Amino acid sequence: MRPDVQDKILSIIAREAAMEPAEVRPDMTLDELGLDSLGLVEMIFAIEETFGVSVPFNANEPTQSEFDISSVGAIVRAVERLISGPQAALA
Amino acid sequence: MTQRRVVITGAGTVNALAPDVQGTFAAMAEGRCGIGPLDFPDVERLTIRIGAQVRGFPPESHFDKGKLSLYDRFTQFALVAARQAMAQAGLPQESCDHTRWGAIIGTAGGGNATVNEAYRAVYAEGKNRVHPFTVPRLMGNAAASHVSMEFGLMGPSFAVATACASSNHALGLAFQMIRAGLADGMLAGGAESMLNFGGLKAWEGLRVMSPDGCRPFSASRNGMVQGEGAGVFVLETLEGAKARGAEILAEIKGFAMTSDASDIVMPSREGAARAMRLALRDAGITPEAVDYVNAHGTGTAANDKTEAAALSDIFGADLPRLPVSSTKAMHGHCIGATGAIELLACLMALNAGVIAPTLGFEAPDPDCPLDVVPNVARQVRVDTVMTNAFAFGGLNAVLILSKA
Repeated sequence: MRPDVQDKILSIIAREAAMEPAEVRPDMTLDELGLDSLGLVEMIFAIEETFGVSVPFNANEPTQSEFDISSVGAIVRAVERLISGPQAALA
Repeated sequence: MTQRRVVITGAGTVNALAPDVQGTFAAMAEGRCGIGPLDFPDVERLTIRIGAQVRGFPPESHFDKGKLSLYDRFTQFALVAARQAMAQAGLPQESCDHTRWGAIIGTAGGGNATVNEAYRAVYAEGKNRVHPFTVPRLMGNAAASHVSMEFGLMGPSFAVATACASSNHALGLAFQMIRAGLADGMLAGGAESMLNFGGLKAWEGLRVMSPDGCRPFSASRNGMVQGEGAGVFVLETLEGAKARGAEILAEIKGFAMTSDASDIVMPSREGAARAMRLALRDAGITPEAVDYVNAHGTGTAANDKTEAAALSDIFGADLPRLPVSSTKAMHGHCIGATGAIELLACLMALNAGVIAPTLGFEAPDPDCPLDVVPNVARQVRVDTVMTNAFAFGGLNAVLILSKA
């Protein structure tokens, strides 16, 4: 895991959850962060803009998306995969 | 003093299923789907590429070239639908007091297509001027104003913007104004046209759109699919309609509107149920009298389960036996026009005894235990219908209609 990627994601999530980045732990879930559906959509938008990727996410089936949002750590890993994946160039 | 009774004597529409009412009835009865690949500039840059687009609508065949430059696509739809409705009602007539007639047209995006074109010109194409009529085309009241001008309606006219509930609010307000004696007749309904690159790009950002189809209340649903079009109706007093010998398509019995006052996008079971309860009370009927509910049924995870729960609060143990369908899988979610287009399904149920189906139904969702009239229309006698609209912003509007 590239530390700069993780730091950027933690800072995005912290901003949406109105927390300090140091308070955000990889094992935390979105519920624990207090992120509602709008906060989640804004977080994904910020990730797309920051990393130049397109995140496959449909709010109607959040758990079935290819993009794992089950925890902060899962989100970081999913973004890592997107950055290194072939679709990054298409974003 | 007894309240004046309000009836519908004319109906008109343009939507993806057909450019008229009879064609729309036929499509709804057949269970035909108007959703397909979108076709407009830059569609390849969208993630969501399906919608219920109106095709084969050459505006030059409906309007003079001189006037056309004043009409955004949503206004064109509204005018064509209004002409059909007025023709069916046998109006205008000399005997009607034009100062007692008006137009209320709901719309969420107004002249969204005009905004899209003007932005493309100045930002993408680097032009330094836009069409001189950009403002009168894009303003939200353009359709209501042009309808009033086309037919010389000189009473109260205005636009209503309550997102997905705009049409129901427009129809309900027109009903209340006539009932209260503030007007003798109204043209009411909604018009929408946001199927362009900018309009859809904004929608896909919210991540509530389906990439592959509209499946209301189905376990496999994954979002809404947008449509476009208009529905416009002639509303007048029962007394006036009888005096003119007009054919009465339905009577509007009740209307209610509520606000959730909670979330800008998430629906509320309580707010929706309260609107249905108040509409029944306004109509002076009990839930058992309702034979069919035209649901808001957008095909999103949140709307459909919340609406099903609210329906259960109102209809209780009777709910499994009550036909509840969403026609959005056929004509798409036409946003500000959707309630008006869905009112056509209500008129078909009342007058032909045909309940339009919920297309795209693949598997039941335990959170939506409804008889959704899956995939195939049903012949049933229908005397009274309820039609729901629940908008982003938590604004709910419910109408009740009965056979004439």
